[in-house]
Amino acid sequence: MESKPSLPVRLLKGFAMFWWDFLVGDTPELFVAVVFTIGVVALLSLDGHFNAAAAIALPALAVLALTLSLWRASRAARK
Amino acid sequence: MIATVFSPGVVVLVGAVFLACTVEMVEALTIVLAVGHTRGWRSALEGVGAALIALAALVAGFGPALVHVPLNWLRLVVGGVLLIFGMQWLRKAILRSCGLKAKHDEDEIYRKKVAELKAVDAAVGRDRVAFVVAFKGVFLEGLEVVIIVLTLGTSAHRLSLAIVVAAIAVVIVSTAGVVVARQLSRVPENAMKTSVGVLLVTYGTFWVGEGLKVTWPGNDVMLVVFVLLYAVVTWLLILFMRRVHPNVNTVAP
Repeated sequence: MESKPSLPVRLLKGFAMFWWDFLVGDTPELFVAVVFTIGVVALLSLDGHFNAAAAIALPALAVLALTLSLWRASRAARK
Repeated sequence: MIATVFSPGVVVLVGAVFLACTVEMVEALTIVLAVGHTRGWRSALEGVGAALIALAALVAGFGPALVHVPLNWLRLVVGGVLLIFGMQWLRKAILRSCGLKAKHDEDEIYRKKVAELKAVDAAVGRDRVAFVVAFKGVFLEGLEVVIIVLTLGTSAHRLSLAIVVAAIAVVIVSTAGVVVARQLSRVPENAMKTSVGVLLVTYGTFWVGEGLKVTWPGNDVMLVVFVLLYAVVTWLLILFMRRVHPNVNTVAP
């Protein structure tokens, strides 16, 4: 017979599940896009030479991520 | 003084917290009204009280702790979370606007909840079902508000303001809810969700930039620019999606 996990383990699992549902849920593409965006902007702003590019890339990539996520939802609706 | 009070940062913060809190509280109130009308008010209100205490404890516990995180890291993480969260809200609102996702119908939710609750045998004395359903409704809907209040409030160094605005929204929605009783479906939820989405993505963009040491031209003024940018993009995406899917029912954005 399988033993029930201890209370701390269950709490930790519940906490992790909450954040997974909250941040990833049914839109993993948005999570990946934001991580990618942060990576790109971090590289651009590394030594301060590409500040203008970073300032433009950040909102542009956010708009692109939203558009792609909607395109994915639209494709799923057509099926 | 007046310039600080009405700075773009404060206006966007107040708008985001107030609208998010209002939307979530309307959803919670639908559940509480269904529980109260079906199973009696005593246990329903006890559930609401317990949930509000639990939510307040979360704010009191995590709020002061978050203030000690280095500001750049706090803004980067909070900005990332707000970007994801805001885009999720915007995505849902846009899909609802063009009919690809079912509209959040408070009347329908109320009817379903009442039917569910009536199916459970009535309790003598304290009603455990009523308590749990009311607690869960308020706690789960309130959790999103707590996250918005904590992230926006601590990153802007205006946690007290965010808490006060959220409390005002709770009082207004509760009062309005009691007055209009079951007419919560008239609240333009999708339009409000669209606005909250725009504000969250705006703050998310701004703080990810700040966290990564991007220098924004005009500093706080960029918040207004981002609000306008994301509002226009959202409007264009709704028009585009309606054109791509013309044969579905639409609701106001």
